[in-house]
Amino acid sequence: MDKLLEVKNLKLYYHTSKGAVRALDDVSFDLYKGETLGLVGESGCGKTTTGVALLKMPSPPGRIEPGSQIILDGRDIMPLPEKEIRKNVRWEEVAMVFQGAMNCLTPVYTIGKQMLETLQEHRDMDKAQAEELIKEYLGLVGLPPEVMGRYPHELSGGMKQRIVIATALFLKPKLVILDEPTTALDVIVQAQIINLLKKLKKTFDLSFIFITHDLSLEAEVSDRICVMYAGKIAELGTNQQIYGEQGPMHPYTEKLLQATPLLHKKVDSLSYIPGTPPDLIDPPKGCRFHPRCHKAMDKCSQEEPPLLEVEPGHMVACWRCGK
Amino acid sequence: MSDKSNDVLLEVKDLKKHFAPHQSLAQTLSGKNRRVVKAVDGVSFSIHRGEIFGLIGESGSGKTTTGKLVMKLIDPTSGSIVFNGEDVTVTDKERTQAYRRQVQMIFQDPYASMNPRFKIKDVMDEPLVIHKIEGDHVEHEKMIIKALTEVKLNPPEEFMGRYPHMLSGGQRQRIATARTLILNPMMLVADEPVSMIDLSTRAEILHMMKDVQRDLGLTYLYITHDLSTARYFTDRIAVMYLGRIVEMGRAEDLIDNPLHPYTKALIEAVPEPRTGKVDVIKELPISGEIPSPANIPSGCRFHTRCPYAKPECSSEAEPELMDVGNGHFHACRRYKEI
Repeated sequence: MDKLLEVKNLKLYYHTSKGAVRALDDVSFDLYKGETLGLVGESGCGKTTTGVALLKMPSPPGRIEPGSQIILDGRDIMPLPEKEIRKNVRWEEVAMVFQGAMNCLTPVYTIGKQMLETLQEHRDMDKAQAEELIKEYLGLVGLPPEVMGRYPHELSGGMKQRIVIATALFLKPKLVILDEPTTALDVIVQAQIINLLKKLKKTFDLSFIFITHDLSLEAEVSDRICVMYAGKIAELGTNQQIYGEQGPMHPYTEKLLQATPLLHKKVDSLSYIPGTPPDLIDPPKGCRFHPRCHKAMDKCSQEEPPLLEVEPGHMVACWRCGK
Repeated sequence: MSDKSNDVLLEVKDLKKHFAPHQSLAQTLSGKNRRVVKAVDGVSFSIHRGEIFGLIGESGSGKTTTGKLVMKLIDPTSGSIVFNGEDVTVTDKERTQAYRRQVQMIFQDPYASMNPRFKIKDVMDEPLVIHKIEGDHVEHEKMIIKALTEVKLNPPEEFMGRYPHMLSGGQRQRIATARTLILNPMMLVADEPVSMIDLSTRAEILHMMKDVQRDLGLTYLYITHDLSTARYFTDRIAVMYLGRIVEMGRAEDLIDNPLHPYTKALIEAVPEPRTGKVDVIKELPISGEIPSPANIPSGCRFHTRCPYAKPECSSEAEPELMDVGNGHFHACRRYKEI
């Protein structure tokens, strides 16, 4: 399979008065064409920051550090000037549906006007053409064309989310980053949106990066799963390697899965991870997870474990899992 | 059944809360009545002493409004609430205050429910001041330490001097729980207490709440949209749809053997951490979204989305909860056919 995206040694630090917050520290992964890659982890682990970094728009005081590489379709976009990124990369090649985007629709404009504005900003087309295209996209996300005349408050959460997704697809991007696209939605609506995303992916030949904290949901959408902890990748494997019978290898993933309540299995007690994620200005020495790890040994607090391939396609950063 | 009924701590009967929308003078004069929003529309259930009762539903199902009614934060349109053998539906100010000492609430957002300028000591002291609990500073401090110990914040003295922003979400929710325990309540109403807490610590908070419940013999009303935590945490579950309970039973009966088509659909839609589902488009037995509570469908209120609906479902009277034995109730006349 061809690679659509290669991320190499990506570092994004927030330079605050107290010091640099190492929100992303040496993150490397690939994304193949037509694939859904899941980013999963606790809040503050760097999932959203990864998405924002791929658009090359970190929010100040964040900065992508020198040495980071983001290779999109064979071209490193890191050295490109902002003008070029705006013209040919952001939204054109890589689009992102932000968390809570559906609540950011302007309340005073109709849906049609908002979508029209977005489209005309980027494409040279007259109103009639643009409206035709909007209707087509509304149809693709399962909404009637009448929605164009409605205001956001007249629509349900599920409908607004469909509009945000349609808008992200306007410019025919190759990669769509979805940040918690169903978190605020009810479970039935969530399932409807997931089904829609799977269909759109086929129709438009898209690749997804799917960000969520919900391991159960990730199991249903992502071909490969990247588990992040404190700005680093803890484990990266196929859906089978993470959720299959053999189970994940990193103690963090293992504990996260054990902490997930299952609908069809009554358990007397769920396990949990004691403590909280570390301060990223001054992360713990050695493995960043070792203070909370049930399998930690002496070496873990001294040396940082590298992300190593332990079986084909399965990378783990843990001293316990080395060969 | 008779000895069981003695055990009932809270009984809610045919509870309704209808909100009338604001009308302009012109609208009132023109005689056009705007539709009433029926947030809770005839809910009945009872909670036994020492039980954890779960109220499940989508947004707009009326679960939070029911919780507010039980807390007496709002007054019901009709129906009754009997707590510990006493009708508390309509009470004077003094009695309401006393009731709130016995029934305490844990809110969803542990970040918004504490004054950021208060130290934990003051956060914990607030209910004692509001309820004019006797005792001087020393005695109050003892109570605070005891409550903090109950939720396993050790050592309690260390937490008392901190501010809320210095604590993690999990620790805050422990403080929120300790703050309710300080008044020695009989029952806690918890509205989505873990939905804003990270997955890794969510189980820890549920554990703590269960331990506290066991140690102190408390009764919980647990309100959530999350069936998976409800399965783990509760003894009995009631599923709400558009202001009414459509199914109620023991947690495992209800989830392993759902009878109402709505419950079935909810269970179907819950994702599970298992492999092999990436290429599958999930078949959802119901389509669309929950209708507006200002415009409730006739007959069975679920018929507009029900895959098994027949013409009778919309024309017949609304089905009441029916018992199929073992304390399992449902409100679907056609449950045998589906």
